[in-house]
Amino acid sequence: MKKIFKNQIALALAGILAGTSAVAGTLVINGDTSDPAPKAAFQAVIDGFEAENPDVDVVYNLFDHEGYKAAIRNFLSADAPDIAFWYAGNRMAPFVEAGLFAPIDDVWADQGLYSLMASSAPGMTMDGKKWGIPFTYYNWGVYYRQDIFENLGITVPTNWDEFIAAGETLKANGVTPITIGTKWLWTAGGVFDYLNLRTNGYDFHMALTSGEIPWTDDRVRATMANYQQLIDGDFFLENHAALSWQEALAPMANGEAAMYIMGNFAVAPLKELGLDDNSLGLFQFPEITPGIPMAEEAPTDTIHLTAGAKNVVDAKRFLAYTARPDVQTAWNKALGQLPTNAGAGVADDKFLNQAFKMLNDNAPGGVAQFYDRDTKAEMASIGMESFQEFMVKPERLEKILERLEKARQKLY
Amino acid sequence: MYSYWKNNQLKIAPWIFLAPGILMFSLYVVFPIFQSINLSFYQWDGLGTKTYIGVENYIELLDDEYFLVSLKNNIIWLVLYLLAVPAGLFAALFLNQTVRGIRIYKSMFFFPFVISQVVVGLVFSWFYAPSNGLLNVILEAFGFNSIAILAEEDYVTYGIIAAGLWPQTAYCMILYLTGLNSVDQEQIEAGRIDNARGWRMLWYVILPQLKPATFIAVVVTIIGALRSFDLIDIMTGGGPWGSSRVLAYYMYEKAFSEYGFRMGYGAAIAVVLLMIMMIYIATILYRLYRDERGD
Repeated sequence: MKKIFKNQIALALAGILAGTSAVAGTLVINGDTSDPAPKAAFQAVIDGFEAENPDVDVVYNLFDHEGYKAAIRNFLSADAPDIAFWYAGNRMAPFVEAGLFAPIDDVWADQGLYSLMASSAPGMTMDGKKWGIPFTYYNWGVYYRQDIFENLGITVPTNWDEFIAAGETLKANGVTPITIGTKWLWTAGGVFDYLNLRTNGYDFHMALTSGEIPWTDDRVRATMANYQQLIDGDFFLENHAALSWQEALAPMANGEAAMYIMGNFAVAPLKELGLDDNSLGLFQFPEITPGIPMAEEAPTDTIHLTAGAKNVVDAKRFLAYTARPDVQTAWNKALGQLPTNAGAGVADDKFLNQAFKMLNDNAPGGVAQFYDRDTKAEMASIGMESFQEFMVKPERLEKILERLEKARQKLY
Repeated sequence: MYSYWKNNQLKIAPWIFLAPGILMFSLYVVFPIFQSINLSFYQWDGLGTKTYIGVENYIELLDDEYFLVSLKNNIIWLVLYLLAVPAGLFAALFLNQTVRGIRIYKSMFFFPFVISQVVVGLVFSWFYAPSNGLLNVILEAFGFNSIAILAEEDYVTYGIIAAGLWPQTAYCMILYLTGLNSVDQEQIEAGRIDNARGWRMLWYVILPQLKPATFIAVVVTIIGALRSFDLIDIMTGGGPWGSSRVLAYYMYEKAFSEYGFRMGYGAAIAVVLLMIMMIYIATILYRLYRDERGD
């Protein structure tokens, strides 16, 4: 009786093993490409991969973009897919530290990514290892009403004085210089990032966001003084704390405001509101402290091999596929964003071409991920809330900096 | 065995009927309460290992200005939300008449309670919108300056409570309407004979008979005030700079939101919220107990 039972177990085990080898060709991917364009773009990537690798069957589990941020914590530890979407920089740190992502230095070496993806490499590196493939990024910059600038005879500002002067001219003509909606906070993070990157440089900014520098430091105060100059000069849209970033697009589209410090994703909705390549332009955030190398913001989206992956071999084949220049070219054309692989091509679009050039030729300082991706999550939330408060109540500067410093000491 | 059952049937039977409920209640309500209390003594990001840190989470709470703002807002909610009770009473008195089409009016008054809180939140966000919201159009028509209520730290909580009062008043109104149906006509006539009219009639004859409805309306409103979350999330996301958060929302942000995942700290906030609720729950239970004894 006992022996028969044992045999049965052995049989069952054999069955399970046979089962796993039979599904070895199944590759499970969890992602958050829930908007129509990213969804279609990634489906094309899957189709292309399956066509080249007929032995692999890709199972893609699509999550809602916002819900994914909570879901990933559960599925990575409970029932890990082979590949998961995520973000570069400090955002992936919790998963790397908890041992839920696996390093893929071999893929980077095989594909020659150390040179081809040099600009995004720092954001993928932790403990000296590479933890994923960056497949797309998008630029930030100052999107502006080219036609208004031309009508008022304003040239694109390249330094702080010109920027302030441009704003004064706009105000004199009844145009709000900068539109912004800070209801969901992160837009204020973008403004702070640029001011700090230009006032103090990339290295200082990264040191500050990783908690190595006190918020009461004089160099932070210098950044805040520039910030305050814009606030006191009424550069920003009134009532911005009540508006979402989308609601703040309208004043720009109807000519009440002329500039928006924003990411590339604002171009599509602005064009829907009636602007075109002649009325909408992009310029690099102007220099503030002379001599500091220009650094840019370019948040990167990534895919990762999970530590619990069952099909590591095919997962690495897929990751290598997504790093390829031709794949990245097609993928990012569909996304309307920029490929991370320097060998890839860019879609024929005024803003993408300009941004690609800006990031590759005129960002020697480095590429930051964005305030809430470079900073620890909890610090980021307190920080962005404080920037919003500062923009409405600049007289509270001292209190705000002390609060941020207190949070820094606690969290780092 | 059989005789034991027979002798004690009346005592045992209720417990058998209660058992499924008690089991579910302990498993899904009582047990998690103790689990949360336990968790509030740990530091845990939801992924790694838990570290026991004693009462440090609570010490941090005392020094956390965002927590104090949330606590203050919770108290404002508790007090102002109770306005829904008298407002509901007057709406009910107003609608408690037999006019042609009164059912349609009653349904319309009840409507805000039927629609989702998300819709209520959106409607009021547009109402308050700084440039083209109805409120500011009206204010400007009367020569006042426009005001972005949801972006002003001093007004935002009141603005959200006003939105919350709309459906809550409807709910209290329905409770009172049902209560008014069972008001004793003879007592009203007796009151009339004794020359009671208007306010005196309401205060001395009608209201005492509505006591059960008032009790339920107050309880439901207090619980509603402490649970307020949807409207805050829809209308402001806790802003501007955290000045419209309440404890439930702050707990959610600290424990589950994109920038949170401090489970222990979130649990500590939840425990404080539980303590506040306990004050009310204990009062209610005591009153129920007293009423049932018939004191």
